[in-house]
Amino acid sequence: MRLEVDIRKTLQSGERRFELKAAFSSQNDLTVIFGASGSGKSLTIQAIAGLVTPEQGRIAVGGETLFDGRQGINLPARTRGVGYLFQDYALFPHLSVRDNIGYPLKKSWPFSLLPDDRQEIAEIMAAFEIAHLAGSYPAELSGGQKQRVALARAMIKKPSILLLDEPFSALDSMLRHRMRMELLEIRQRFAVPLVVITHDPADVEVFGDTLVIFANGRVEEVSSRKRPAALEDEDGWRTKVCRRAQWKKERLAAA
Amino acid sequence: MPDLTPLWLTLRIASCATMLAFVFAVGFAWLTARFVFWGRDFLDAILTLPLVMPPTVLGYYLIVVWGRNGWLGGWLHAHLGLSLMFTWQGAVLAATVVSFPLLFKSARAAFEGVSTEYEQAARILGDNELRVFFRITLPLAARGLLAGTMLAFARAMGDFGATLMVAGNIEGKTQTAAMAVFDAVQAGDYVLANTLVAIMSVVCVVILVMTNKLASRGRAGR
Repeated sequence: MRLEVDIRKTLQSGERRFELKAAFSSQNDLTVIFGASGSGKSLTIQAIAGLVTPEQGRIAVGGETLFDGRQGINLPARTRGVGYLFQDYALFPHLSVRDNIGYPLKKSWPFSLLPDDRQEIAEIMAAFEIAHLAGSYPAELSGGQKQRVALARAMIKKPSILLLDEPFSALDSMLRHRMRMELLEIRQRFAVPLVVITHDPADVEVFGDTLVIFANGRVEEVSSRKRPAALEDEDGWRTKVCRRAQWKKERLAAA
Repeated sequence: MPDLTPLWLTLRIASCATMLAFVFAVGFAWLTARFVFWGRDFLDAILTLPLVMPPTVLGYYLIVVWGRNGWLGGWLHAHLGLSLMFTWQGAVLAATVVSFPLLFKSARAAFEGVSTEYEQAARILGDNELRVFFRITLPLAARGLLAGTMLAFARAMGDFGATLMVAGNIEGKTQTAAMAVFDAVQAGDYVLANTLVAIMSVVCVVILVMTNKLASRGRAGR
């Protein structure tokens, strides 16, 4: 998967002015965008998803141009085929878990559910081990459950890329490690490239085959691992990294 | 048993007025809640004006616009031979205008309470703007809209001044309950006055209690 981003965007509200000038590309299926808050990393993936329109530049995912200022290409968010995990998951509070996950499938007017859709929903709920939550509402779920539901919803239409905005920041540290491992499993099962926004160095260790560092609206540095091919995690090194980090945390907590 | 015709007429007028007000209020509320445009605050003020203006002044404006020689009423009369003056449809017009701000204000607050993140999530999941509105924005604002609708209905039911100016006080045709109470007291018919007053009071109290319940449950659910 090749991700190419070269965009400019200026935000102005009153006296404050923020200028984003981001250019990077990634050949790897695991990309981490790292930086302090306010460095422009969220704005960048919002532009990839089509939620904000850059003033100029180009965005391409897997060779498909999603935005090109010069050629006047700007696909609407709904046709970009991009998966997006919001920081606080943005599960629709008025819909059950089943209806949240099936949301992208229901295309007949206005709300009817097609029978073959149900099969797809049941399958993905089984894959994410949330079948028992089908009738629950988002307000009744724990943080980890919410994240699984949001991931299932983002994955059901098989997106070409999955963008994750600080995916673990809302979780406590124990859960954080478990969800990292689960995200790696999802990545393998669905063969979907991930772009993870984070300010946690542990995420860089696990997901950062290509690392893009942001500061003040600029890309400071792009670096790639020499041996990034471990997507299938054959030797289980990512799992080891997760375990080691968790073990350290537990030791610290015990001390 | 006193003659309850004014009550049924009031219910019919208030129902029609609330429906009309709902369509316009939801449209303008969504517009002002979701978009920043030049003159937005001014538009909001104009739309809220009927809340604070004397009903007779509103009625006067309505006559200027919709009367037989008015801007719109003149056209209606010349081309279709219609006039809203002194008809129950005219009373609907008056009730719509006086109840509109209550619905508009509630609807705008309800739309502003819906996080735009849900709408963005729906867009990424494949919805166009129409679908986003009907599947996300409207259901999430439903409680606030319903509360506003009930308030507007209560206000439409109780209008006196604007309706009197536009539709007059014609017994059996445009005489609403509020006017019938006035007439009954003038004529010393306290049986009729008491009956109408009791019914209207109960209806208004029930509506207010229901509105408050909706509002408090809406807060807890968020």
